[in-house]
Amino acid sequence: MATATASHTPEDVFDVEAIRAQFPILSEEVHGKSLVYLDTGASAQKPQLVMDAVDDMYKHAYSNVHRGAHRMSELATDRFEHAREQVRSFLNAAHSHEIIFVRNGTEACNLVAFSYAKKFLQEGDAILISEMEHHSNIVPWHMVAEEKGLRVLAVPVTDDGGFDMDAYDRLLEDGVKLVAVTHTSNVLGTVTPAKEIIRKAHAAGAKVLLDGCQSAVHMPVDVRDLDVDFYAITGHKLYGPSGIGVLYGKEELLNAMPPYQGGGSMIKTVTLTKSTYAPLPAKFEAGTPAIAQAVGFGAALDYMRSIGLDAIRDYEEDLRAYATQKLSAVPGLKIYGTMPGKAAVISFTLDKAHSHDVSTILDRHGVAIRAGHHCAQPLMDRFGVAATARASFGMYNTRADVDRLVEAVEFVSEIFG
Amino acid sequence: MLDELRELYQEVILDHGKNPRNFRAMDNATHKAAGRNPLCGDQLVVYLAVDEDGKVADASFLGKGCAISMASASMMTEMVHGKTPEDAERLFENFHTLCTTDHTPDAPEGLEDEVEKLEVLSGVRQFPSRVKCATLSWHTMDAAIKGEEEISTE
Repeated sequence: MATATASHTPEDVFDVEAIRAQFPILSEEVHGKSLVYLDTGASAQKPQLVMDAVDDMYKHAYSNVHRGAHRMSELATDRFEHAREQVRSFLNAAHSHEIIFVRNGTEACNLVAFSYAKKFLQEGDAILISEMEHHSNIVPWHMVAEEKGLRVLAVPVTDDGGFDMDAYDRLLEDGVKLVAVTHTSNVLGTVTPAKEIIRKAHAAGAKVLLDGCQSAVHMPVDVRDLDVDFYAITGHKLYGPSGIGVLYGKEELLNAMPPYQGGGSMIKTVTLTKSTYAPLPAKFEAGTPAIAQAVGFGAALDYMRSIGLDAIRDYEEDLRAYATQKLSAVPGLKIYGTMPGKAAVISFTLDKAHSHDVSTILDRHGVAIRAGHHCAQPLMDRFGVAATARASFGMYNTRADVDRLVEAVEFVSEIFG
Repeated sequence: MLDELRELYQEVILDHGKNPRNFRAMDNATHKAAGRNPLCGDQLVVYLAVDEDGKVADASFLGKGCAISMASASMMTEMVHGKTPEDAERLFENFHTLCTTDHTPDAPEGLEDEVEKLEVLSGVRQFPSRVKCATLSWHTMDAAIKGEEEISTE
């Protein structure tokens, strides 16, 4: 029987090599070096079984869904609806019809803005976001606010990258009817205190949308335990295909909301002068959806669950701690976001080199990171930087990847002196 | 491969990047434009003062960006000094070709020295995602000469 020793690390119990073997792209070479992929925050790589699920559907079970009274349509519909059930189970939602398939996290936020907020918020009401939002959870609110005469307020971010709870308490009292904040910052890695945010919002009479695009890849998410009203996720950041995302919404809210787009699939009856709408979830799924992508997404979620979201979180926490320690030792390197419990997302700057130069040099070492404003310009302004470099980890990364990252960063220092 | 990096980040580029020349606002500019790359967040303002003889009497810039964009802007402001706006445009065209194609174009007559100096930036050819960093200041100067207030590259 195996026993824990002093040198015990999560790598010993987490079979990362078996996971890596599922991701063909990790065997690619970039500029003559094996790929070190540290841009999972932008988009995760895909395991073979996701590609197989998509491939198998196109080969054996493909047609449009919810339409034809023929075998292929039935098979396709079964697989598509099974994917919805897989998402429900992944998020622990009460009902599969609370799972609305959309294109991505951006569309999920837009759906809440242009269906829920547009219908239920009144002139002068406030929407409360935070300083660490992705543009996808900022711009839709600006758009609907302009149209409806709403106010958009923002919770500040503390120096260590935390959600300023004192400010939140104050701001909530200012006519806030909807709180739309991230569950995990794509730049800082900060995991926001979602349960407290939600409990306080509800006490103040506001609903809550959590942007979970960066959370669900790193940790277990339970929408019922959170008691969240809306939750946005996107397939491509969860090891699934792009073009598919999900808005979870509580049944009673989704039922009360008007459709977001009109078209095929979402109707009950249509005459030349009037339409009536289908029940959930079809009401919000106008037009042919991303069928095979949904099926691939479901396969990706099942794969993550087979490994275990707790195990993934613990393993990535070890990587985060190791990377933080190694990077912190590089002279002139500053890390943004140092909150306890943060996800394995590390944004940094070097005092002598701009993040684009860092990214270019790392790329030539086979190390893929993101450089830029990360679609979070207000946060960049908050920290007074134009851009940062960001290494974001997934379950397939290793300590050896961290070593390659640090080695390449040291080469940047060598060039820039 | 790492040689390409060393070719891109030559001493002269690192020097201009660290200590950009003519890095200041200009009160008496006759031409001015703001350039922005919304994808990476780089932004700068280019100022030109064209005198009554039709020559660039002063050129300067301000902004934030990577070593490549800062160095390119710095070198540009040095280079167009004393030239006519038409010559500045010719240099831009030449530089654009240098950065975006595999061949080094013939220098326009009378601008041979300048073209030779710009070759130090030709390393960006090997880095397609960085070409816009090198050309942002030139696009912005082009906009200034044409009387446009701002440009945005994508």
